Amino acid sequence: MLDIHSVLIVGVASAVTILLRFLPFFIFGEKKTPEFLDYLGKFLQYAIMAMLVVYCLKGVTFASAVSWIPSAVGVIVVAALHVWKRNTLLSIVGGTICYMVMVQGIF
Amino acid sequence: MKKEMIKTAFLRTLPVMAGYMVLGIGFGITLENNGYGIWWALAMSGLIYAGSMQYVAIPLLTSGASLISTAFTTLMVNARHLFYGISMIDKYKGAGNKKPYMIFALTDETYSLVCQEDCPEGMDYHTLCLFISIFNQMYWVTGSVLGSLLGAVIPFDTTGVDFSMTALFVTVFVEQWLSTKNHIPAVLGLLSSAICLIVFGQEHFLIPSMIAITVLMAVLRKIIEKEEEKNA
Repeated sequence: MLDIHSVLIVGVASAVTILLRFLPFFIFGEKKTPEFLDYLGKFLQYAIMAMLVVYCLKGVTFASAVSWIPSAVGVIVVAALHVWKRNTLLSIVGGTICYMVMVQGIF
Repeated sequence: MKKEMIKTAFLRTLPVMAGYMVLGIGFGITLENNGYGIWWALAMSGLIYAGSMQYVAIPLLTSGASLISTAFTTLMVNARHLFYGISMIDKYKGAGNKKPYMIFALTDETYSLVCQEDCPEGMDYHTLCLFISIFNQMYWVTGSVLGSLLGAVIPFDTTGVDFSMTALFVTVFVEQWLSTKNHIPAVLGLLSSAICLIVFGQEHFLIPSMIAITVLMAVLRKIIEKEEEKNA
């Protein structure tokens, strides 16, 4: 049996995502973009990545050690590995394993 | 020439392959454990193709959320894609019939690979971006299908595997930090989002953050551009 409501949820999520991705291109198309947007295009990426990091960590609370130590250690391990080796694969896998060990085993 | 281009695109997407396989598998397993099998994984990764939104969609599915709240949630979680679009308008100009797919497939990670507009001599930047986009979606779809199959077979403890998403963004953040001397935009982004998180709470902070970042970038434009010239 196909769950129609679930199909619709996936459809709506898809449609809204597509709309968001296409909107700026629809508005400005192939015309010359305003100078301010060129400036944003150059520097926005750094601010966006910072925002995404905060976004991922938004659920972390400081109520008890269990609630923040694994995330904090995980982030530090990822950052340290990346500064050290600059190997994306190593940084992601290393940090994630470290985090999983902490939440499953220690805490 | 085409072969050379595909090779370049493949090599550039290797880091994303790692992240997407881990994240995709994590997504597929979680989806499967919630009673949504392989066809759901395939449909969601093919049609939504937005990592965090697909994770967020799982509780929406299991709780039978209304379509209105699904639309609003998607709007909140994915509003950042407006930012990517704004910064790619100029770079994707003239991409012709490749453009619709390139825009559809502009995820966080694809954006981070194409936004530098770095293209080997003699290669068409747009075709390279197209191949990068295709490779990335292939990894994501493969990962989620694989996860769906794994979730059905081995019920091993995957608690914490979703941290790979955080790890990916921290990695890109650190990479960007190391590759530029102008840290004002990064610090500005970090402070604005952290303050908005405290003020507005975790459900509603993303849109205020984006507004704050845009306003501050406008206000501090002279300083940021001066800093860039100093380090050029």
